[in-house]
Amino acid sequence: MAAKRTQLLAEVRDLTVRFVSREDTVYAVNGVSFTVQPGEVLCILGESGSGKTVTLRALMRLLPARRARVEGSVRVAGQDVLAMPPRALRDLRGGLVAMVFQEPMTALDPVYPIGDQIIETLRRHTGCDRGAARRRALELLELVRVPSAARRLDAYPHELSGGLRQRAMIAMALSCKPRLLLADEPTTALDATVQVQLLILLRGLQRELGMGMIFVTHDLGVAAEIGDTIAVMYAGRIVESGPVERVMRAPLHPYTVGLLASTVHGQPRGRDINAIPGSPPDLRRLPPGCSFAPRCARRLPVCRLAVPEPRFPEPGRMAACVAVPTSSSPAADATPKTSFSPDFSIRPGASGSRI
Amino acid sequence: MGPPPDQSPTANPRVVGASPQSLLRAHDLRKHFPVKVPRGKSVRAVDGVSFSVRKGETLGIVGESGCGKSTLARLLLHLLAPDAGELTFDGLAVGEPGGISVGALRRQVQMVFQDSYSSLNPRMPVRDSVAFGPFVQGKPKSEARGIARDILSRVGLDPDFFGPRYPHELSGGQKQRVNIARALAVGPRMVILDEPVSALDKSIEAQVLNLLRDLKRQLDLTYVFISHDLNVVQYLSDRVLVMYLGRVMELGPVEAVYERPQHPYTRALLSSRPSMDPSQRIEQPPIIGDPPSPIDPPSGCRFRTRCRFAEAVCSAVDPALGGSDGQQSHVAACHMRDPLSQHSLAGSA
Repeated sequence: MAAKRTQLLAEVRDLTVRFVSREDTVYAVNGVSFTVQPGEVLCILGESGSGKTVTLRALMRLLPARRARVEGSVRVAGQDVLAMPPRALRDLRGGLVAMVFQEPMTALDPVYPIGDQIIETLRRHTGCDRGAARRRALELLELVRVPSAARRLDAYPHELSGGLRQRAMIAMALSCKPRLLLADEPTTALDATVQVQLLILLRGLQRELGMGMIFVTHDLGVAAEIGDTIAVMYAGRIVESGPVERVMRAPLHPYTVGLLASTVHGQPRGRDINAIPGSPPDLRRLPPGCSFAPRCARRLPVCRLAVPEPRFPEPGRMAACVAVPTSSSPAADATPKTSFSPDFSIRPGASGSRI
Repeated sequence: MGPPPDQSPTANPRVVGASPQSLLRAHDLRKHFPVKVPRGKSVRAVDGVSFSVRKGETLGIVGESGCGKSTLARLLLHLLAPDAGELTFDGLAVGEPGGISVGALRRQVQMVFQDSYSSLNPRMPVRDSVAFGPFVQGKPKSEARGIARDILSRVGLDPDFFGPRYPHELSGGQKQRVNIARALAVGPRMVILDEPVSALDKSIEAQVLNLLRDLKRQLDLTYVFISHDLNVVQYLSDRVLVMYLGRVMELGPVEAVYERPQHPYTRALLSSRPSMDPSQRIEQPPIIGDPPSPIDPPSGCRFRTRCRFAEAVCSAVDPALGGSDGQQSHVAACHMRDPLSQHSLAGSA
C-alpha cells in the first residue's frame, strides 16, 4: 500500500434518491454520507425499505436513469460516478467496482455455463485471449473454494447448489481485481450452515486481496460477523454509524437500541420481547423531523420539527438523535430540557402496542 | 360431527383426552415426489418421520431448505396426502374408518403460511377473508362476521379500520396478523406455523412473536412452529425437532437440545449461528459444503457426507432414533449415541 495520505476509496456526500412516477414520489434515500477506506468493510444495516440497496446501487449508477432522481456526490477512487460518461461507466462496473447480488439464480445468466460468464467479464476488462481467460476463471473458482472447479467451469447455474452459485458469482465479481466490492445481502438466501461458510470466505478474500467492501444486510448477526464499521439506515437516512464493536455493544440511537433488543437472541422464554412498536414510515409520505420519532419511546416535541443533526459523541461515531450528547460535553446539548440517561433503553411498556 | 359449535371461536369444547396425551401423532410419514429427470427417481422430501405433539406445547421444527419441513407441515393437515404412514389426532386415526375425517381435522388444525401476501385472496377485504372459514363451516353470515371482528381485534387490528381493507393496503406484518386471525377464526385447537415470521423485518418479527405467545395462552392452543431460525425456535418452543434430508436427526426438550446437542448436525447448526459479538467471530465453518440433493440421499446416515466423524458403519447402517442412558425424551439418530454400534466413538460423545 502506498505510504502517501490514503485516498478514500469511496466517498458519498448528501446522496438523495427519489423515484418519481406520475402518481407518487418515493423518497428512498434522503441525504446519506459515508466514506470507505481502502481495505475497510462497511456494513450497511437496515430493514426492507430503508434505502440500503438503493444506496449501494447508486455507487455503480445502476438505478433506472429515467425514474430515479439522484443528487449529491458519489466518488469512487477519486472519480465522480454520477458525472461519468457511459464508456467510463462500463469500465468502472466490473473493473474498479464489482457487485455480488442477493439472488445468484437471477443474477447469473441461465443459458450460459458459469465459466463462460466469468470469461466474458475477463475479456471485456482485461482484453486477454480466451485461453488465458479460461485459465484465470479456473483459478478464480479455486480461489472461492468451489470443489472440482475444472468440471464446474462448464456447469450451468441451475446445476449448482445455492452456495456454489453464490461462490461462482463472487468469482465473477473478483475476476478483474476490483478495489471495491459491493455485496447486496449475498448470504440472505442461503442456509445457516452455508451462510457462515460464505461469510468466512468473503472476509478472507477481502483481507487477502486488500479490497474495500460495502456489505448490505438486514441481519445484525451477519453485520457483527463481517463489518469493521457499521451504518444503520432507517427511512433513507443513516441514523447511526461507528465501529461495529461499539455500535453493537453500546448503541446510541433509539432505533439501533430497539433493533438489538427486538432481535431474538437468547431472550428468556416466557417473556415478551421488547419489540419496537409500529412499522416503518411510508417513503412517499415521510413524517417531518426524525423519521423514527413516531415509533420512538423517547421522542420529544423537538423530534417532530426538524431532522436531527448528526452528532459525534466519540471519535468515529455518529448518531442522528437529539438525545445523544454532542462531542464530549453533554451540557452543550441543543435540547437543554432533556436529561440524557446513559443506560438508554426502550421501555418494555412499548411492546404492548400494536401496529 | 362433534358437539355443537360454541358461539365464541375461543372456547374449547372438544378436548377429549387428558392433557399429557399427545394431540397429534405422526408415525413413519413418507412423501416422495417423482421427478422427470433422472427417470424413475423421486425427491424423498419426508422419509419416515415419527413424532408426537403434546397438548398445549409448542413443537419447533428446524432444518435447512430442502429438509422437508414444509412438506411435513402440509402432510400434517393432509394438504398433501402422505404416501405412507399414519396420522392420529386426539386418539383418532385421520382419514380412516372409525377415525376422524380430513374435513373434521382441518376444523381443529389450521395453518399459517410464510408468504403472507399470496395466502390471502387479493380481491377479498380482510374481514371477509377472516369470516370465510366460519361461514363455510355453516355459521350464518352475520355470525361469521362477528367472529371475524372479534378475532381481528385479538390479533391487534382494529376491525373498523382494517376490516374493509384489501391485502395490498396492508404491510407485511399486518398481513401476517390477518393470516393468523383467519387461522384462528374457525376455533382450532392446533395451529401449524410454517415460517410465519421469516419474511418480516426484525422489528416486526418481535411483535408477531409476542402476539403468537399471547394468543397461545389466551386460546389454549398447541403450536407446531416451523422455522430455519434457531434463535426464534429456541425462544418459542418447548420441544424441538431437527430435520435433515427428510429425516429426524434429533428431538428433545429445547433446553436439552440447545445445551447438550447429541447429533453432530445439530451441533453444526447451532454453531453456525452468528454470535452477535464482533469480538467472537466464527473463524472455522462448522461444516463444509451444501446439503446434498434429496433425490439421491446418501446411504445409511444422511448426514455422513458432511459429518467429520463419519465412519464405515455410517454409510452401511441407517442409525435409529434413540436416547442416551435409556431416557427417551431426548433422542438422536447417530451411531455415536449407541454403544452397540460399530462406531469407534460410540458411547463416548
